Amino acid sequence: MIKRFFIALSLIILAGTFAKVVYNFVPNTELTNVAKHYVQHGTQELGATNLVTAVVVTYRGLDTLGEVVVLFISAAGVGLLLRRRKNDLVTKEEKRTEPSFLVQSVAEILVPLIFMLGAYIFLNGHLTPGGGFQGGAVIASGTMLLFLAAPYKHLNHGVLTALESISGFAYVLIGILGVTLLGAGHFIDNRFLPLGELGTLLSAGAIPIIYIIIGLKVGTELSVVLEDMREE
Amino acid sequence: MGLYLNQYPLASIVLITGFMMILIGLWGMLTKTNIIKIIISITVVETGVNVILVSIGYIQGRTAPILDTAVLQIDALSRVVDPIPSALVLTSIVIGLGTTALMLSYVIKMYRVRQSLNIEDFGVLKW
Repeated sequence: MIKRFFIALSLIILAGTFAKVVYNFVPNTELTNVAKHYVQHGTQELGATNLVTAVVVTYRGLDTLGEVVVLFISAAGVGLLLRRRKNDLVTKEEKRTEPSFLVQSVAEILVPLIFMLGAYIFLNGHLTPGGGFQGGAVIASGTMLLFLAAPYKHLNHGVLTALESISGFAYVLIGILGVTLLGAGHFIDNRFLPLGELGTLLSAGAIPIIYIIIGLKVGTELSVVLEDMREE
Repeated sequence: MGLYLNQYPLASIVLITGFMMILIGLWGMLTKTNIIKIIISITVVETGVNVILVSIGYIQGRTAPILDTAVLQIDALSRVVDPIPSALVLTSIVIGLGTTALMLSYVIKMYRVRQSLNIEDFGVLKW
């Protein structure tokens, strides 16, 4: 009872603080100084029409590298926690029920289309809303449908892990390539490739390549997490 | 100073929704005993924080920061919203996904040890 009282009291105090914040909140009427620079010079400097992508991949590229590392560590942690011995797996599998005909046949049609949509989203990350993380999540949802349709099949862990490691390595390599070709202070700079014509698929220097790498990495990583959790 | 709800309806509504989501999530974290429900509450708090960040970057009457037409590129400064909070929220969503996956796998491990999802059954770290 006393616990409930203190919970209610602390939530009410917090709600009061939030109400004060909302009451005194003054929305921006124009962009902040950093955002002004990004909006004014972003398209000329980096050749990307999607400014969020320009910020994520190049202006704050180091943050994105850290983000990829965090995702990798959490996927590795899930793999470590849920690792099972081979003989445990066989006994568990007999309990699974066969999916219905409807799920199986729909998955056959939809899974390639979902993978294609994911690839489209990360290829066009510098032109339209989307990018590597979103495309990777779409690819992982395709993998999920694959698992629902074929519960007895297993993904090839070796291929997925190899693809993931190669993408992670290639991302850092492209970052270092910016330093070697453009000089110090250009880590994860996309301008060592020609910027091309604004608004076309092959533009914005290395941004499409970085997003392809991130898309592959996120897609395989989330698929491995799903596989680990499914084998429970 | 004062309530800007009438002047800027959209940003204020989204901001209030975000704060309410944080409160609901905190209430769930403090009162529920099922570990899965606690994790759901944590993700609700995360979503609330993301919603608040997006609403802070929003500027009344402007569009997404994608400069795809010639007109938009000339007067971009007065036409688009702040791209930095959007980029930040993108990062935050991905990291939230990673932490949620890790939390859920800890729960699977804990369930294997005690055959229970009730937080009261895990009193080892309780003081």
